[in-house]
Amino acid sequence: MKLLIVAGPPSGGKTAVIRQIIRNLPEGALPAFLKIDVVHATEDEELAEEFGIPAKKVYSGDLCPDHMGILVLEDALRWAEDLSRNVLIIESAGLCLRCTPYTTGSLGIAVISSISGTNSPFKMAPLLALADVAVVTKTDLVSQAEKEVFRESIRKVVPGIDIVETNAIQGTGLRYLMRRVSGQPEAGAEPVMLRGSPPLGVCTICIGKKEIGWKNHFGVLRPLDMQEPVYRGD
Amino acid sequence: MTHQFTLTIQSGKNRLGETEGFDRIEIRPGDTLSIVGPTGSGKSALINDIETLAQGDTVTGRRILIDGEEPPEAFIREPAFKPIALITQNTRCLADLSVEAFLLMHIRARKPGREDLVDETIELANTFTGEEISPKTRMSGLSGGQTRSLMIADALVIGDTPILLLDEIENAGIFKDRVIRSLQGGDKAVILVTHDPYLALTAGRRIVMRHGGVSSVIEPMGDEQHLIEDLAGIEARLHRIRELLRDGAAFSSGSLSSDSLSSDSLSSDSLSSGSSGVSMAAVERGVSYK
Repeated sequence: MKLLIVAGPPSGGKTAVIRQIIRNLPEGALPAFLKIDVVHATEDEELAEEFGIPAKKVYSGDLCPDHMGILVLEDALRWAEDLSRNVLIIESAGLCLRCTPYTTGSLGIAVISSISGTNSPFKMAPLLALADVAVVTKTDLVSQAEKEVFRESIRKVVPGIDIVETNAIQGTGLRYLMRRVSGQPEAGAEPVMLRGSPPLGVCTICIGKKEIGWKNHFGVLRPLDMQEPVYRGD
Repeated sequence: MTHQFTLTIQSGKNRLGETEGFDRIEIRPGDTLSIVGPTGSGKSALINDIETLAQGDTVTGRRILIDGEEPPEAFIREPAFKPIALITQNTRCLADLSVEAFLLMHIRARKPGREDLVDETIELANTFTGEEISPKTRMSGLSGGQTRSLMIADALVIGDTPILLLDEIENAGIFKDRVIRSLQGGDKAVILVTHDPYLALTAGRRIVMRHGGVSSVIEPMGDEQHLIEDLAGIEARLHRIRELLRDGAAFSSGSLSSDSLSSDSLSSDSLSSGSSGVSMAAVERGVSYK
């Protein structure tokens, strides 16, 4: 199974990039798609209808969506395998951007829009730092100079990252991404592990308990006068 | 950049799936080409194909070669090696930076070590625009014309590439004649998308677009010289009137009659002498408001 993990902020063009990936997959590729979101997503239905591929979504509700994604990934690989698929594309919810959902054995694709501001690469450093490819979308909406300055901004965060600039609606420039996709080895021989430790902060606040004060909560907590978080619970 | 390139456009298909009306277009140093056609006919798509050095991977299927071959990947992906500068139609810059910081970052991408080019770029931009740009201005706070002026100056000074693409520079109210003068000289190949008859006609070749593809390439061979001269006069006159208007002038009724646009009264001399259709005596400075 080839595993592609696509992450990035909302409205950055992740789905547009995924559409182009599916359209341009090498012959013999049988993709499946999983969208992870919080409360609303339609990408699974759209892609299933457009390409006739198995597609699924999972809502994380009160849980952190990246946390959710990590928990369901193993099941998702099995799901795709049971359907005799050989490419699994995961699309993240794209929320707090401090996590890196990429795993070993996957191609980590960070999708970031060129109109999101010159400093946005700095704000989502973890998302970019552990990715294999940064796909910069909507380059048709900015001047060439601005596109090149944005690229420079990404380079400052991750000097060696492979940057692919595209107008993902048209598919311009995506040949370099498709080359990476084609060359991506299968996942599964080795156990699939997270590349980085995401600051998930899963605790009773995350799942909806509203009382204030750490004494009312369980999980990873932090009292005012303590430098490091503590764990409270079983 | 000292190295010169020959750029070749290999034909693709238009929106109807028909092969374009040319086999290949060769562009050499010093050449000027204009791209004309109705809106939506594929003009911007053509220069975008050139800018991204398309290799059959865009909707048109065109291929762009340099010196007859597929360009090395660095030409396409690394700004420092890219021989092409494109000035797009964008009149807004979204970068959250001062003009100075923006230019410094662009220099780092294009010409590392040449931080001295910041001042030169801003100075040149200020010759194209009415209201001055200062180094501390936010990029996002520049007007449409200022943004365009700065992007043109950036392409000329920081880009300084042998191939220059311009998408409708006549928009946004900048001094296009000064822009054109800055483009001339040197061995740059200049390709411009335009709706401006004078700019279109003065280019060495004219690419005509239709249905998303090139329908023909016209090489005038001097046949259009008379028309160009005629238009030069009209241009000069329009320029003069435009600048007066922008300066707050008002004109008396009937002073802009249609024969005032005839070619004999249209050199810039005749304009300034006041012998043309617009009576300069009729120009009132400072429109009064109550």
